[in-house]
Amino acid sequence: MYEHNGEKYFIVDSHMHYWNAAPDNWVPGAEQYAKGWIECFHAYQGLGPPETHWTIEHFQKYSEDDLMKDVFEDGHVDMAIFQPTDLKEWYKEGFNTTQRNNEMGRKHPGKFIYNTNFDPRDSDAGLEELRRNVETYGCKGVKLYTAEWNNGSRGYKLSDPGAYRYLEAAQKLGIKNIHVHKGPTIWPLDKDAFDVADVDHAATDFPGLNFIVEHVGLPRIDDFCYMATQEPNVYAGLSVVVGALMHARPNFFNRVMGELLFWVGEDKMTFGSDYGIWEPKWQVEGFVDWEMPDREEYADYPRLNTAGKKKILGLNAARLYDIEVPKEFRLPAGAGTPAAQDDAQLVAGA
Amino acid sequence: MSPPKGRAAVRTVLVPPDPPQGRGTSDEGRQRLIKRAPEARGQQSLLAALETVRDPELDEPITSLGFVASCAVSAAGDAQVRLRLPTYFCAPNFAYLMVADAYDAVSALPGVRHAEVLLEDHFAAGAINGGVAARAGFVRSFDGEAVSELHALRADFLRKAVMAGTDQVCRPLLAAGADPAALPAMTLGEVPPSRALDRLRSRRAELGLPAGDDAPLLIEPHNGAPVTEAALPLHLRKATITRVSIEANSGICRGMLRHRYHDTKGQGESDPGEPGGVVPPEPAEPRPTTLRSAETC
Repeated sequence: MYEHNGEKYFIVDSHMHYWNAAPDNWVPGAEQYAKGWIECFHAYQGLGPPETHWTIEHFQKYSEDDLMKDVFEDGHVDMAIFQPTDLKEWYKEGFNTTQRNNEMGRKHPGKFIYNTNFDPRDSDAGLEELRRNVETYGCKGVKLYTAEWNNGSRGYKLSDPGAYRYLEAAQKLGIKNIHVHKGPTIWPLDKDAFDVADVDHAATDFPGLNFIVEHVGLPRIDDFCYMATQEPNVYAGLSVVVGALMHARPNFFNRVMGELLFWVGEDKMTFGSDYGIWEPKWQVEGFVDWEMPDREEYADYPRLNTAGKKKILGLNAARLYDIEVPKEFRLPAGAGTPAAQDDAQLVAGA
Repeated sequence: MSPPKGRAAVRTVLVPPDPPQGRGTSDEGRQRLIKRAPEARGQQSLLAALETVRDPELDEPITSLGFVASCAVSAAGDAQVRLRLPTYFCAPNFAYLMVADAYDAVSALPGVRHAEVLLEDHFAAGAINGGVAARAGFVRSFDGEAVSELHALRADFLRKAVMAGTDQVCRPLLAAGADPAALPAMTLGEVPPSRALDRLRSRRAELGLPAGDDAPLLIEPHNGAPVTEAALPLHLRKATITRVSIEANSGICRGMLRHRYHDTKGQGESDPGEPGGVVPPEPAEPRPTTLRSAETC
C-alpha cells in the first residue's frame, strides 16, 4: 500500500523475479551465456537511481529476506506476481523457476501469485508439466520467453502450431493471462526477433485469453501499439518502461507514456517492477509523483490522473488476476473500470 | 576509468600525434613524425569511414553511439576495428550488419590493404567475425539458423527511419505554424533546408523512394505513394511513435553501454542528450573517406 497526498494506492507488482544466477548455478560449458545474461540484466539496473544499484555479486543471488524487504516492507507492494524464466540451457536449476518461486513464496501466504511457463518445443512432456504446475501452484498466468534456447533451437513464435496447442491446453486448465516477453533470437535469425506480429495472431485466435506484452514490446513500441489498438485482449506490461526510462531518460519516459496512453489507454497498462532488476520503491513513488509536463511537445498526449495511476499501479492487474481489492483502495463511481477491454478502440480502423 | 582489457596495443596509436610544427629536428623526433603522424591521420579517415556505418535499428552512426571501441591503421595499411555493443545478447542479425558494413567501409579506403573488424563481448562474436572476414554472408555464417540474407530486415528498418524522419521534419514545420492539412501537398523542395531533411532524403533514396525536390514531403514508406489528406492524421501519429520508439530504445542502449564499459567512451562517441528535436549528429555532407597515397606507403 502506498499513501500519498491523502490518496491510497493498492500496488500489484505484476512482473518480478526471485532468481539464482550465481556461478554455482551455471551449466558447465555454458558459463559465458549464464554470465552474459545476468550482466546484461545488471546493466539495466544501472539505469535506475545510483543509490539503488547493487554489486554484481548481490545481484546474481539475493536472499528471501532481501526480496521481502525490498518489495513489501520498503517497496509498498501489496501483491506480487512471480514471472518465471527457466533458461535451463545456461542455469543448472533454472534461472527463476515456478518451483523456486513457490518454495520461497509459500512461507508468506497471501503475498504472491505464481505464474508458470511453458515451451511449445517440449511436446507432450511439457504439456504434462504445465498441467502439474497449474494444479500444484494454482497458476492463472504463464510467462513466455520466445527467445529461449532449447536443444539447438533459438526460440519460437507464438503463432507456431505447437504454441497454439499449448495455448489451447493452458486455456482448458484455467489459465487466463499470457505474459509475452520477446528476446533477441528466434528462428530464422534473419527475421526481426522482436516483431510482435505473432502475438497479434494468437490474440485474435484466442479471444478468451489476455495477452500482456511485457516491456510494451520494447524495442518495438510502435508495432506493439498498433496491435494493442486493434486487439481488445492485449495489454501493456510496463516493466522496463518505468525502470529503464523514468530516472535515466525522463523526457523519453514522458513521450513513451504519452504514446501508450494514446494508443493503449490507462485501462490496459499494468505496473511491474522487474525486481530484482529494479526495486519497486523508487518506481512506485516516482510514478505517483509523475505528471505529464505542461509543454507544447506533449500537448496532444492524454493526461493521467490519480484514478489512472491507481489502475496502472494495481487495479488493472488485480482485475486480470481476480485479486480482491479492499474497499478503501477502489475507485469511486465514475472513475472508470480497471482493465476494461473496450476502451482501446480509439483509433481502430483509422 | 580504465579501458577494457586487452586493447593496450591498439590504443597506443590513438594517442594524438605530436604536432608537426615546433618540434625538434633530431633523428629520433623525425622518425616519430614519420612513423606516427600518418597513422593518426589514417585513424581519422577510418573514423570517417565508420561514421557512414549505422546501427540499422537505431538509425545512428556506430561512432556516435559509442560502438567503436578502437580503430587503427598501420603505416602498411593494415586496419583493425574493434566494435562493442550494449549487451552480450544484442540481436545477432543487426550485429552482423554493423560488422559487415564496417568491414566494407574500411576495406573501401584506398590506402587499406587489409581490414579486420572484430566484434567483442558478444555471444555470436565467433560466427559473426569469422563470417564477415570470410565474406560468407549471413546465411553461411549462421549455418542452419538463417534462411536468407538481411536485405529485407534492413529495408524494414529503413522504412521505420523514414517514418521517424517524417516526424523530425514535420514537427518543426507545424511548430512554426504550418497548417497540417497543407502538408500532403508540399514537396521536399518546399521544406526549409535542415539536417533532418537531408537525412530523410537520404533514407528515402536508399529505399529507392522519391527523394528529389519535386517529390511529395509525405509518402507511404512501403510503396512511395503520396499520403492523402484522409490518411494524414494517422500517418503523422505513426511517424511520431516510430520516432519515440527508436529514440527511447537508443537512450536505453546508450545507458547500458555506458554501464557495461564503465563510462569508457567509444571512438567518436557523442550523445545528443534528450530531445525534443535534436537530430543525432551526423555529417550533412559525406566526409572524405580516402587516404591519400602519401599517408600509406
